[in-house]
Amino acid sequence: MDYLNAIANRFRATAPAADYWSLRLVSEETEHLAVRQGVSEPSALGSSLGAMVTLVQAGGIGYGATSDLSPAGLTAAWARAARWAEWHARLGLFPADLYPRSSLRADYASPVVEPWEGLSLVDRLDLLHDACAALEIDPRIVDSSAWLGRRLVRQLLITSDGGEVRHRSDQVSSGLMAVANAGSQTQTRTGGGADWGGQGGLERLAQVGFRADAHRVAAEALALLDAPECPAGTRDLILMPSQMILQIHESIGHPLELDRILGDERNYAGTSFVTPDLFGRYRYGSELLNVTFDPGVPGELASAVADDEGTPATRQYLIRQGILERPLGGRLSQARAGLPGVATARASAWDRPPIDRMANLNLEPGSDRLADLIARVEHGVLMDTNRSWSIDDSRNKFQFGCELGRLIEDGELKGLVRNPGYRGISASFWRSLAGVGDASTLEVRGVYTCGKGEPNQSIQVGHASPPALFRAVEVFGGGEE
Amino acid sequence: MRDRAFFDLSDRLCQELHGEEVLFCNLEGEDSDFVRLNGNRIRQAGGVSAWGLSLDLISGQRQAQASCDLSGDRDADLARARSLLQRLRERLPHVPEDPYLHYSTTPTESYRVQGSGQEVGAGTLSQDKDPGGDDQSEGEEHGGREEPGVPKESRGRDDSGVRPGGHGGTATSDDWDSADVIADLTQAAAGLDLVGIWASGELSAGLVSSLGHRHWHASRSFNLDFSCYLAGDKAVKANLSGQAWDPRALAAKLAGVRRHLEVLARPARVIPPGRYRAWLAPAAVAELLELLAWGGFGLKDHRTAQTPLLRLARGERHLDPRITLHEAHGRGLVPGFTAEGFVKPATVTLIAAGRYQDCLVDSRSAREYGQQVNVAGEAPESLALEAGDIPVADMWRRLDTGLAIGNLWYLNYADRNDCRITGMTRFATFWVENGEPVAPVEVMRFDDSLYHLWGDRLVGLTRERELIVSPETYEGRSRASALLPGMLVSGIDLAL
Repeated sequence: MDYLNAIANRFRATAPAADYWSLRLVSEETEHLAVRQGVSEPSALGSSLGAMVTLVQAGGIGYGATSDLSPAGLTAAWARAARWAEWHARLGLFPADLYPRSSLRADYASPVVEPWEGLSLVDRLDLLHDACAALEIDPRIVDSSAWLGRRLVRQLLITSDGGEVRHRSDQVSSGLMAVANAGSQTQTRTGGGADWGGQGGLERLAQVGFRADAHRVAAEALALLDAPECPAGTRDLILMPSQMILQIHESIGHPLELDRILGDERNYAGTSFVTPDLFGRYRYGSELLNVTFDPGVPGELASAVADDEGTPATRQYLIRQGILERPLGGRLSQARAGLPGVATARASAWDRPPIDRMANLNLEPGSDRLADLIARVEHGVLMDTNRSWSIDDSRNKFQFGCELGRLIEDGELKGLVRNPGYRGISASFWRSLAGVGDASTLEVRGVYTCGKGEPNQSIQVGHASPPALFRAVEVFGGGEE
Repeated sequence: MRDRAFFDLSDRLCQELHGEEVLFCNLEGEDSDFVRLNGNRIRQAGGVSAWGLSLDLISGQRQAQASCDLSGDRDADLARARSLLQRLRERLPHVPEDPYLHYSTTPTESYRVQGSGQEVGAGTLSQDKDPGGDDQSEGEEHGGREEPGVPKESRGRDDSGVRPGGHGGTATSDDWDSADVIADLTQAAAGLDLVGIWASGELSAGLVSSLGHRHWHASRSFNLDFSCYLAGDKAVKANLSGQAWDPRALAAKLAGVRRHLEVLARPARVIPPGRYRAWLAPAAVAELLELLAWGGFGLKDHRTAQTPLLRLARGERHLDPRITLHEAHGRGLVPGFTAEGFVKPATVTLIAAGRYQDCLVDSRSAREYGQQVNVAGEAPESLALEAGDIPVADMWRRLDTGLAIGNLWYLNYADRNDCRITGMTRFATFWVENGEPVAPVEVMRFDDSLYHLWGDRLVGLTRERELIVSPETYEGRSRASALLPGMLVSGIDLAL
């Protein structure tokens, strides 16, 4: 952080007068390693460093982002922000004094037990070759991959009100993929952390079963080749955490984003079936539905002490016992809408401005073990690991596909089914929630690439969820329906 | 960052190589204004200056890659790049030999600054030919005509080239100012609930290698992507993009939007799931192709049986003979070179008369599978679907009764094995009776196989095509585009 501090101090000492300003400095170091079919892919290092100046001045708001962190570069970014603030003052959607000011002074660092540097490059590559080899258990495995990644983000936000917020986010990511083919049927299975992002160090590899998962991943890809198609019809549905995170993301997270409700995203990511008058009274789901915004879960992907505008982040219920309480919106959106919210104005990088995002959005555990959920199903399907997602622009009519399904008959798990999918409508789907796994079944996962915003921003969000049971859902399999 | 600064920086790095080291330096950068609009007012406005340098250091059969941001300050950038190069040098001995390492050993060069008249085609130094072709080669099809009822959604012409005139009147200008355009736009759209994004400025890409490759591709362009809302989710979407700002084009676009909003104001029709005869506008066809681009055409996806077109590629299924699809690099909006120094061919034919033909082959797959490089990455960026014979003006009569779908949204595979795709209708979609739009339709989910939509249920393609320039800005402003006709199908399956 020393070099970021030096830049910040220099900027603070020379910044011109303004009603309010902030400087967000972001340094990002990445490394990606992969082995495919026993061959190392080119190793890739990344090093990004840049800043965004945000200016509130003379009744307008503007920003300027630059990778030139010299005094001249930041002066130019200031001038660009000032010019757009001038135009915002003339043509702005809302008064500039709604822009949130921050004097917060806070620090955050990810919990890391085993630093990335604790494993040499040669050892990392050996680990990848070993894992990739473990996927190749049959000639019908036509593609196999193992990968490791590291991402270290250091961010320093300073403001003209004395705010100074430091974040250090450490991530180690990993994944395994096996592709099996027989005739014209191809099945892909992933694991080893592929959809299990989180903060932390190398200790995460054991937590997500990076090496140990290889045989299961390959064996299930092969088994799916010969499995029957998932039956079509109305059945009970158990979604494992690896699918629940997408269900929560798409049909609770996005519709609750306040900027969508305010119409900002209507040209791109879409609007929402949720309207401002619904907060505090709308039954979003059954009484088992308890959803929190929780930036304090250790190791969850978007854990933080504050958002990118310097608003302190605290745990809040968004939905409690099925009733909608508050949206996902930062202080600016809250002021525009006259609604409560959470600290969730986030930017994907130094070159994008903060907008309303999800951060950590979690389904709170219930009281059932997985076996209890299964035992309550007479005719149903259990689905695991998202592979396809689609939802309308109001976040209502959805359709998801999963990598693997298992039939449930008379309270017992039966055989595999392939190409499982289901569709429904958010506004009614969550009301069919009939069981939620207990704390022992909770998995803290996340989504690496959540896209929205104009200009576009792809950001990481955390989701924790147990498995859950839904009644009477339309399910289907592959082939031509 | 300008071409000279990048060339100087790269040359300095190449001069400092050790022994048999080979270095490829690539630059991607932009200097852009981004203005978000909501309610025909500025929601969020600012500018971004971002320049990224990528290095690929090769020694024998080993390679390592790295990237960093550049500041534009010569000394600071040289120091950063040298540091990065040193990290790669220290890394190389620890990575295994790469059997798929593949780069061009024949020096090539090109220089293209779109709209400036400064264009020297890409090719070998001795041949100096122009595989990039003419920017305007397909331009005669772009104008098209407004389709009654359904907006010609996206999408505008590629107004490459310099035209006289300046901002402030009705003349076309290649010297627009973003703030002035926004002022004009909000004035012209008075009374409309306009939401969207103005993105404009310089885009640059460069390549220098220690083997003598030297390429530059730059443009100054804009992309105005917007929607005008009536109420709820009822809206008309439109797009203007190009390199010369034409206030008359904006006025015409807004006039069309206002007309279509009048149709949208009629009571919405709720239709049950089922199979419906449908006309899909080029913007809707673009969404189908954007999904198909995800794994559909890459050689690796074909050789590992992951392509959703596997049955087509194996000859088990075929499409209508009127389906011919190319990757048309010759359009010239994307750089004509790859990061490894290969020059792209002007055209790669992916599907010919309903049969699968060629794959997209990047440098790595080319080495692995023994084929020629024809793309930078194995996802298309410049698709062109050949036109049909239905005049756009005749489309409504030919549709007769059914759905006129202006846009599709959020497509994904329901089952890759059968190229089964699901997605939503979005923006202006109308119920049509006897060739006349009678009502907007509430959003519907479709779930259908492309083997049907481009196969036994294809009625025809339009004679006119539209150039659709991507407004995407995830990894900087996109240069991708697609030249597409509309399509009429005898049935599309709606599931929800």
